[in-house]
Amino acid sequence: MNASAHIRYVLRLADTSLVLSQRLGEWVGHAPALEEDLGLANISLDLIGQARLLLTYAGELEGRGRSEDDLAMSRDQSDFLNLALVEQPNGDFGRTIVRQFLIDAFQMELYEALQRSKDARLAEVAARALKETRYHLRYSSAWLVRLGDGTDESQRRVQDALDDLWRFTREFFAADEVDEEMVRAGIAPSLAEIEPRWSARIDEVLREATLKRPADVRYAWHGKRGDHSEHLGYLLADMQFLHRTYPGASW
Amino acid sequence: MSAASNEWPLFEVFIRARSGLEHKHVGSVHAADARMAIEHARDVYTRRQEGVSIWVVRSSDVTASDPGEAEALFEPAKDKIYRHPTFYAIPDEVKNL
Repeated sequence: MNASAHIRYVLRLADTSLVLSQRLGEWVGHAPALEEDLGLANISLDLIGQARLLLTYAGELEGRGRSEDDLAMSRDQSDFLNLALVEQPNGDFGRTIVRQFLIDAFQMELYEALQRSKDARLAEVAARALKETRYHLRYSSAWLVRLGDGTDESQRRVQDALDDLWRFTREFFAADEVDEEMVRAGIAPSLAEIEPRWSARIDEVLREATLKRPADVRYAWHGKRGDHSEHLGYLLADMQFLHRTYPGASW
Repeated sequence: MSAASNEWPLFEVFIRARSGLEHKHVGSVHAADARMAIEHARDVYTRRQEGVSIWVVRSSDVTASDPGEAEALFEPAKDKIYRHPTFYAIPDEVKNL
């Protein structure tokens, strides 16, 4: 098996959780209600927990002595391999919920399947993450239904966000050579097998939320290859500046 | 925090710390309905493994005793010391009495 494909695969999972965690953290102190402030922060903390385990593992696989902190705080934008969806800005609460719902539904299926990975470390992380993701999906689905089936304004806002963010979902299932190699090695599940389950879940919740599923798009973003939208650089600047200004600072 | 949270009704939250113990009142949350109240209670009050079960009840559904009647309600129990089970030896093994 190609070791660098293995590392890249683990980094994709790690960075998707890390970047989404950072985005959700931006809500702290700004959510519509104190209870939602804590709800979003809890999800953010679950995600950072996943990212820590995965980054530590990626560092071990790499074998160059890089820790989770080194990988999180000292890599540049093109070295981040997260899905492009999760770096998209929060927008209003409804847009954050749409983004969360789309990725939660994907991570549910992914972690469910990854529990059976031949990579014991990944299987272990997936089993833990799956429990957390079930709650994330419960939270984001409930809010999507409330907002979609809510007032005219709330429905318009989440439908607009869905129409806009939908184009990033193609990337979830666009398998490249890293994905294919991991499937051959028995480490990752086939994305083609996950897609219909994701799609069915999306349809079910959108129906309940009285939202329209946007038309499928051909173009896939390549966040997992390190090609990002213009938003990731700003997010990383915010996340990394302290570490880069005062390397090794602790408190 | 904002107008939105003020519009949501208040729910009282009860948490059971461990199986076998009773649910205890821990505080309250604002929520649009009972389901949201459970989720808010989970996010606000069980972040440090405080519980295994949550009850929520709309605060407006709680009927409270009138503080003005406290004398009539509670004073008569004061001089009935024989009602206290203080005449039994409690075995050390019994933790939750």
